[in-house]
Amino acid sequence: MTSKTGSKKSESKKTGAERKFRVVGTRPIRHDGWDKVLGRAVFGADIKLPGLVHGAVLRSPYAHARIVKIDLSKAEAAPGVLAVMTGADMPIAASKVLDLGEEVTNAVFASDRVMARTKAVYKGHPVAAVAAVDHNVALEALRLIEVSYEVLPHVVTIEQAMAPGAPLVHDDLVGSDIGERVEHTNVADHIRYEVGDPEAAFAEAATIVELECRVSRAHQGYIEPQNATALWHQDGKLTVWTSTQGSFSQRNSLSSVLMMPASSIKVVPMEIGGGFGGKIGIYLEPLAAILSRKCGHPVKLVMERRDVFDATGPGPGGIIRVKMGVDAHGVITAATADIRYGAGAYPGASINPAAVCVFACYRVPNARIDAYDVVINLSKTAAYRAPGSPQASFATETVVDEICRRIGMDPAEFRLLNATRGGDRRTDGPTFPRIGNVETVEAIRGSAHYRAKLGRASSPTKKRGRGMASGYWQGIGNKSTVTINVNNDGVVSLIEGSADIGGTRTSIAMQAAEILGIAAEDVHPAVVDTDSIGYTDLTAGSRTTYATGAAAIQAAEQVVEEMKKRAALVWETDEANVRFADGVFTNGAAKNQHLTFKELCGKLDTTGGHVSTTGVVNIRGSGGGSFATHLVDVEVDTDTGKVEILRYTAAQDAGKAVHPAYVEGQMEGGAVQGIGWALNEEYVVGDDGVMQNATFLDYRMPTSLDVPMIDTIIVEVPNERHPFGVRGIGETCIVPPMPAISNALRDALGVRLTELPMKPGRIMAALQAQAGP
Amino acid sequence: MHPFRYVAAGSIDEAVAVLREHGARARPLAGGTDILAQLRAGRFELDALVDVKGVPEASALRLGRDGLDIGAAVPCYRIYEDPDVSAAYPGIVDAASLIGGIQIQSRATIGGNLCNAAPSADSIGPLIVHAAAVTLAGPAGTRTVPVDSFCTAPGRTVLGEDELAVSIHVPRPPARFGAAYERFIPRNEMDIAVVGVACAVVLDRSGERIESARIALASVGPTPIVAAKAAASLVGGPPSADAFRAAGEVAADEASPIDDMRGTIGHRRDLVRVLTRRTLERAVQRASGGTASGNTGRGTR
Ligand SMILES: Cc1cc2nc3c(=O)[nH]c(=O)nc-3n(C[C@H](O)[C@H](O)[C@H](O)COP(=O)(O)OP(=O)(O)OC[C@H]3O[C@@H](n4cnc5c(N)ncnc54)[C@H](O)[C@@H]3O)c2cc1C
Repeated sequence: MTSKTGSKKSESKKTGAERKFRVVGTRPIRHDGWDKVLGRAVFGADIKLPGLVHGAVLRSPYAHARIVKIDLSKAEAAPGVLAVMTGADMPIAASKVLDLGEEVTNAVFASDRVMARTKAVYKGHPVAAVAAVDHNVALEALRLIEVSYEVLPHVVTIEQAMAPGAPLVHDDLVGSDIGERVEHTNVADHIRYEVGDPEAAFAEAATIVELECRVSRAHQGYIEPQNATALWHQDGKLTVWTSTQGSFSQRNSLSSVLMMPASSIKVVPMEIGGGFGGKIGIYLEPLAAILSRKCGHPVKLVMERRDVFDATGPGPGGIIRVKMGVDAHGVITAATADIRYGAGAYPGASINPAAVCVFACYRVPNARIDAYDVVINLSKTAAYRAPGSPQASFATETVVDEICRRIGMDPAEFRLLNATRGGDRRTDGPTFPRIGNVETVEAIRGSAHYRAKLGRASSPTKKRGRGMASGYWQGIGNKSTVTINVNNDGVVSLIEGSADIGGTRTSIAMQAAEILGIAAEDVHPAVVDTDSIGYTDLTAGSRTTYATGAAAIQAAEQVVEEMKKRAALVWETDEANVRFADGVFTNGAAKNQHLTFKELCGKLDTTGGHVSTTGVVNIRGSGGGSFATHLVDVEVDTDTGKVEILRYTAAQDAGKAVHPAYVEGQMEGGAVQGIGWALNEEYVVGDDGVMQNATFLDYRMPTSLDVPMIDTIIVEVPNERHPFGVRGIGETCIVPPMPAISNALRDALGVRLTELPMKPGRIMAALQAQAGP
Repeated sequence: MHPFRYVAAGSIDEAVAVLREHGARARPLAGGTDILAQLRAGRFELDALVDVKGVPEASALRLGRDGLDIGAAVPCYRIYEDPDVSAAYPGIVDAASLIGGIQIQSRATIGGNLCNAAPSADSIGPLIVHAAAVTLAGPAGTRTVPVDSFCTAPGRTVLGEDELAVSIHVPRPPARFGAAYERFIPRNEMDIAVVGVACAVVLDRSGERIESARIALASVGPTPIVAAKAAASLVGGPPSADAFRAAGEVAADEASPIDDMRGTIGHRRDLVRVLTRRTLERAVQRASGGTASGNTGRGTR
């Protein structure tokens, strides 16, 4: 294996044959930049409509309580109150699986989560809602609603939920234990993947390491709270303005929960202030819709931060036990994983992706993976960046680090020895196509950071350490539509249904521009509502730049084909003679007959009229997914347990970085969110089942003062399934930080932190345990 | 939110009159960085807020021969931006320059920090070790209360329903005085003290002996704790690392921390030990000249 040298900030490592690009790989200013910077972008909470009224939601103060009686009479009689609703106003949804791409749920659960009917199953569970002339009147009216609860015993940890005789979150939940039907349980699902004979392989292994890790549930922490405005039209149609990662998946969910045809619902995606997976499900939309139906006005609902923490979906916490064995050469021979995630009040923690990702970075010939989806009395978890992978990978990557220490092997060498490559089997079954796993390890090994000395600690009580970890996210493909309208002035309008949460307007426009041979600025992207574009799956699963990009390429190629016909008309030649390259049409049958794309646009009206095309894709799979390897240096104050991140380098395979600055932005953002999850972020839940730290003051996400500049190395191993080789990169980057930091702390302190967050008190306790009594 | 009346008082009398009228359902408003957030979170409801920023006595910052008077409505930035105040009152400046961030400091007041009486309040310990006293005004006139007996429980003080704080008097420190405040937070800004320790020392002429000392602890009890035994252990002895360490041990015993979402009892006691040591070192350094200036800037956390 060769070692690469000369890595520096955002160096791009090119691998494999490359097409020559003009637009892709450059860094144009984002199309929505001005509006965002100047505060002109219109977010959901900014919506103003004629006759708009405001709503508020009454939420359960208890984690688990039967609703005995709700008396609405005082609230209904209050001046200014226009409508009051409870669960009794919600249609009874039919059981139906809602596959939202990164989130799978049942319509019955989706409906129950939105508003409780007979019992509240998490603190913050809506029990009633009010629409009134203004927000304050609505809030005051909530206080007039009298709810009598019968408080029930709750379960908020996985151990509590799985204990024999545990209180049941749902009396009628039917669980599946590897396909066997189980009643009266909190374990909604237990799945297993098995390959080879792990027990036999462990018996022969030279070294075995096993760790049990604990991970707290962690919130995405998007700045913009959930919001929804709905207008129930007189003809029975419904319009919803909302902050969502997927307007079509939102429409499907609403259709199932409101029991109305999807075609009667128009979802208008507003600008979105962060999602990270948390804005896929529905929360306020059905309530706003029903309130609107009742009062005849458009109704707006906006969550408070407290509600966002209590009642929307963070990523699940879990208990993950990983055991791994290697032979005398350090080659992995066997591994097992036991993954238990706390789904929250309804089934659907991301246990399947956890099983997919837990060993994806390594060749594991003999493996068994058990994963459990456990319901508990906390809000239903949601997707959070690579949903399910970070928690499970935390265990794998810390185990790998311990093995390296036991056998005295460099962690990069260990990874290069054991890394999965194209053609290898992923533990859960599929065979990898071409992937960039090895390349990210090589990129880190070749980086300046890897070669730099750690340096002396800044004071005698401080200690330094370095840690490495890898991570994987498989991503998805699925359905996207893009329409391109060519204007006479040479500018094209690109109409799409993909919510833009990370700069995808630009990264998709750039792919169209590449094909059309025009500048990114000459493509004007617009994200439109569900009545105005063909079906498009959500912005999640690292799919948008990849799949909607592919749709844009397809639409642009159709434009080129049509424009060739027009050029042939202009030149009165056969269409086959027209060539197109670098934005210029050329008549191959004549001398000096050229038309730029722009020039030809000016001739459309005289050659048959406007050109409009639509690209429609439904791509199976992501083409192998994206791997990352991160390296981190920490300094720990052994007097206080406080950790400083000194230096951080992230390498990740982007296939082809369409807009490198956005790729770097994703890598940096994922690393920073991971640092938060590693060091301080957690749900502190009291004995009463209530989250105690539901504010940004006490839910300690890192601030800009808590993280260094994140160095990035973009690795480019082309994705065979995308015309330009693009891979989705938005999620893998949150996988390595937690184990990388645990590994660095192990290096600095000689103790292994296996529980997230690795907060100062926990570090001090570990140091004291190490020192002995 | 329950609708409330907003009164911008122009004098002490006017403020007191409104407080009297509404009793427990009215409160003074200084920077509003605590009370507005608390109202919005529904912690309590009020019928009136009395803005005291327009009360002249409450908005004055005066450094005189007898000491410093900080109007109860003076925002933090005015304190640390005054070079003379910074030089003479290092402990208070340490606190004023780390409450919240720049935006918060341009509104938040020491008076509000004190009257809010959070166990974690950053300025109260420094006020205590600087031997400060607060002047209160009510219908019966004014009275003065030492800061170390002002807080009675989390969020509770000796203030009557119809009283307001007008200003805080901090005596001029004697020669060879040094003070420091440090807190521990898991992040580097925008966080609440898991533990805070304020120390003040006066050295004797030789600089080899501690003449007097005061230590106050934040976030390790229902009110700020005066660690009198720890301070006493230093008096008459040398300002040595051993003495500081021993004082830290005593202070850890004097603390009565609880386990909560921000920290555990064990971790908090550890932090009292460490921060007592560290702040004593800084205070002594400042007392012995050289870096006596308290103007450590916003870098000190
Ligand atoms: C983002 C953020 C960060 C923060 N960081 C910190 C921090 O690091 N450290 C810290 O200690 N605090 C912090 N705080 C809390 C707050 O900023 C401080 O306590 C501040 O000093 C309060 O001052 P204020 O003038 O804003 O008080 P206000 O909110 O105006 O008042 C606080 C309380 O004191 C009462 N009050 C005010 N003035 C008077 C008066 N003259 N007489 C009688 N009662 C009065 C009010 O009625 C109220 O109960 C933070 C707050 C925020 C929002």
